[in-house]
This record gives sequence, C-alpha cells and structure tokens, in this order.
Amino acid sequence: MSGAANREAVFPTRMTLTLMKGKLKGATTGHSLLKRKSEALTGRFRDITRRIDEAKRKMGRVMQVAAFSLAEVTYATGDSIGYQVQESVKNARFRVRAKQENVSGVYLPQFEAYYIEENNDFKLTGLGRGGQQVQKAKEVYSKAVETLIELASLQTAFVILDEVIKVTNRRVNAIEHVIIPRTENTIKYINNELDELEREEFYRLKKVQDKKQRDAAAREAELAAELAAKQALDAEHLQGPSALTEAAPEDLTADKDDDIIF
Amino acid sequence: MEGVFFNGNNGYIEGIVRGYRSALLTSAIYSNLTQCDTLEDLKLQLSATDYGNFLANVPGSLSTSIIAEKATQKLIDEFRYIRAQAVQPLSKFMDFITYAYMIDNVALLITGTLHERDTHELLERCHPLGWFESLPALCVATNVEELYNTVLIDTPLAPYFKDCLSAADLDDLNIEIIRNTLYRAYLEDFYAFCKNLSPPSNEIMAALLEFEADRRVINISLNSFGTEISRDERLQLSPKFGKLYSSGTEALASADDIEQVRITVESVGAYKGFFDTSNNKSLEDHFYLREMELCRNAFTQQFTYSAIWAWVKAKEQEIRNITWIAECIAQNQKERIQNYISVF
Repeated sequence: MSGAANREAVFPTRMTLTLMKGKLKGATTGHSLLKRKSEALTGRFRDITRRIDEAKRKMGRVMQVAAFSLAEVTYATGDSIGYQVQESVKNARFRVRAKQENVSGVYLPQFEAYYIEENNDFKLTGLGRGGQQVQKAKEVYSKAVETLIELASLQTAFVILDEVIKVTNRRVNAIEHVIIPRTENTIKYINNELDELEREEFYRLKKVQDKKQRDAAAREAELAAELAAKQALDAEHLQGPSALTEAAPEDLTADKDDDIIF
Repeated sequence: MEGVFFNGNNGYIEGIVRGYRSALLTSAIYSNLTQCDTLEDLKLQLSATDYGNFLANVPGSLSTSIIAEKATQKLIDEFRYIRAQAVQPLSKFMDFITYAYMIDNVALLITGTLHERDTHELLERCHPLGWFESLPALCVATNVEELYNTVLIDTPLAPYFKDCLSAADLDDLNIEIIRNTLYRAYLEDFYAFCKNLSPPSNEIMAALLEFEADRRVINISLNSFGTEISRDERLQLSPKFGKLYSSGTEALASADDIEQVRITVESVGAYKGFFDTSNNKSLEDHFYLREMELCRNAFTQQFTYSAIWAWVKAKEQEIRNITWIAECIAQNQKERIQNYISVF
C-alpha cells in the first residue's frame, strides 16, 4: 500500500477522480459477477466429479458383465465368431453425436449415443448355433459403450470446466487483490493531492489577503501621516510667516574634491 | 457276427478311442478345477490329468484363449492319429466328421474373399480339423465367380455347393445362410451315409445326427425372429430328418415367437425339458447336456463307429468346459462357474 508504487500513473485531477470512481464501481460489480460465475461453475464441477465417480463405478460393473457375455458367446459358438461379426458389419448401428451445452457462459461438449435401428448387420451371425448369445453380447456391449460415451462427455466437461474455473478464479483474485486496491489507492492519492492543492490554495489566498491587508494598512498610515503633516503645516501658516527660508545654496567650489586634479 | 469282422479292421481304433474316452475329465476333476483361484492353479490341476504338460511350453502368462488353443491342438493330434489308422468305411466316416469344420472354414474364406481381405491371414484362423489340401487354393481366387468355378469344385464340399447354391447366390446371399444351407446338405448326406453302415453304428449315429438336426432347426427358428428370413428360406435351411421332421420342422419354420417354438419342441417327448429355465439352465445348456448324454450312451455299445463321433463331441465339450472354467476364474465370476456340462 505504499502510495506511489501501487497506483496508476495519472494526474490528480477531478476528472481523473471521476474516472477512477467509475472504474472502481465497475471493478466491484465485475468482481461480484465473476465470483458468482465461479461459484456456479464450481457447483457444476462438483456435480460432474460426483457423476464421473458414479459412471466409473458403473463402467467397472458393465464392462465385467460385457466381458463375461463374450465368454458365453465363445462357449456357445467357438472362437471364429469375432471374425464373422467383424466381416458382416458394413454400417455402424451405434453412433455418437456431439452437442453443446451452455453452463454460465461456458460451452461444454456433450456426447450423445443413438442407435440406427435398421442397421443390424450381424443379426444372422450364429444362426445355427449361439445366435441368442451373440445378440445378448451385442446388447450388453452396447450398454457398455453407452456408459463409456457418458463417461467421455463427463470427462471432457471436467477438463474444460477445470480450465475455466481456474481462469475465472484468477480473474476474481486479480480484481480483488490488484485492481480494486490499486484503484482505491489512486483515488486516495488523487484525494490527497486535491486536498493538498486546496490547502495550498487556501494558504495562498490567506497570504494574498494578508498582503492586501498589510498594504492597505500601510497606505492608511501614509495617508494619516500626510494628513498629520498637512495639518501641522496649516497650523504653522496660521502661526506666522513661514520660518522656513530657503537655505542659501552652498558654494560649489568650497569643497575641495580630491578626485579633481586640476 | 459283425463283431468278428469289425475288430479285424477297426478293433485297434476302437480300443484307442475307448482309451481316450476314459481319459476324459470326470466330475471329480471338474469340481477340483472349479476350486482354482488362478489360471496357474488350473494348469497344475490339469497336469494331473490326461492333458499332462500341454501348457508346459507356453511362454509368459496364461490366457484362456491359449488354454483353449492348446487343448484343441491335443484333440486334433489324437484325431489325426486315429484318422491315419482308419480304413474304409471308417476313414470315410471320419472325413464326414471333418466336413462340418470344412464348411466353417470355407464360409470364413468366402467372407474374407468378399471383403477382399488378405486370405493368407484367414488360413491361420481356420479350424485345423477342417483343413483340406485345396483349402489354401481358395486364397488364390480373387472374386466369387472364380472361387466357385475353379476352386470349390475341387473341394470335398463340392456336391453340397452344387446341389444348393449357384455362383450368383454366393454374391449377395448372406454368408450365414450359405453356411447353414451347406450344413443342412452335409447333415443329410452324412445321415444317408450312416444309414448304410452296419448295425449298431447306423442306429446310434441316426440318433446322434437326428438330435444334431433338431438342434439346428430349433436354433435357426429362434435366431431368425425379427430377421428378413422368410418361412421358405427357413425351411430350406432345415435338414429333412430328425425327430421334429416334418410337421415340427414346418411349424418351427413358421413360428414367430418363442412360445410357438416351445409348444412345437415339447411335442417331442425327449425334448420336453428344453425350455425349463428353472435351474439356471439356458436352452443352449440343455442342448449340450442332451448331446453329452447321447454321446455317453453311444459308448455303451461295442463294435460301432459312433464311438469316434461321440468321443470327438465329448472332447469338444470338455474343451468348452475348461475354457468356461478358465474364463470364470480369469474374470472372477465364480458364481457361474458351475455352468459346465459334465456327464462322465
């Protein structure tokens, strides 16, 4: 808070003061807004963290079931089934689309799984043996992938929100600890300077007044003296002819001047 | 009387197969296996059985697929050994067993060709039992026309292709339909072949193949709900024999929901319990259980080829069981580990 270091380099004028006051007000409003945003985001963030935790646990279970259903398929059909399925698929049945969600001004991508029901390329796989197991495995794995997608969209949101919250908090802190104190300091400085100026001005005025008074007093005294002299003269005139005779001019040569050589 | 002649040609093989059969894992061993906590434990338990050191040379950590692969390898080695000893008509009979795998392999290669994959890579995925000499030649073909005209003609499966498919079909028909059409032709052919065997082979094989056919019909019916396969097509895929044939097959072909299938299937006495899901058993489990019972019964008669078929199927089921148990252990899903099928 050492005055000069932590303030803006401005001339301490009234206009700057108004400007600074405006700036302080803006900063305070911005601060409270950002603070609220950060709180909203943090709330969301906690929510997402909780959901990620849930999704991860769920995924563990679903994946286990899925892997086991594959074991059932292998039991029922033999090992080459994977290849048959791969070869008979032409179009994806399970697809993912991404959309955006706006959370307090932050765009979070959201992944959404959907099925194209008419694409079911390997429903004949295992026709003679184990077809039901294959279909069951397909369903279980679809569920597993759904969970994966949910997790993916949560994770992306997690990363983005984390970043945004960091930025927002940094801004909140910057406003709170740098901009607002500095503006306040500047205002204080301007006020100080203005006060100083005012005092100087006051003192100057006082000085001027002082001088004026002194001058006035002097002139009055002079006038009074003059008046007194005049009165005295008048009185003399009244007493008789003036005793004041002009002294005879002195002989200029009477005095010997050393400088004059001749 | 036939026993006298049977042993002349096939006695040795039957002896071997019965030996293999007694090496199949028993319920006691299975219950030991289910107690394992890791795959290493499982390996240890298996090494005390006929599998011996089949996992000895596996580098790195075990996985269920490696176990399944090695176990299958053992089955194939044994099968090939027997096949090498066999004479007609047993050799023909054993070839018939391999045709089922050939169909799978050919279907795999056709799929690969249709999608222009590197077919050499596909050869590694083929089931070794379904390997035949001209199989790699399938890789030469670059389009389906060529595949049909030059390559498939030379395979043992050619008659099946010839009877039910033309080159045009290969292009746009779903590969699953091709596979099942071929399988139907194969089953019918095999059935006809077995009918001509000397008793008791023909009787036992008839029972086994009829069950196989019925299982396919039921499965196809169940799996084609909600697909574009028409009633006629379904009928086309269904073998023309079996306990359900022909009224049951017809009814299954036109069934639209599981209830209709259930009514049709339960009209056959032997299949009555198939849709009973009370003790956590799916239809597939019932099928496997029934198949294993038939296989077990097949061993009760002597002087028959069906022992080989039964042994192959039992061994396959055993591999599936081991894989299942290994999978349950690996994925820590102990509550379902009892779902294996053990009859011996």
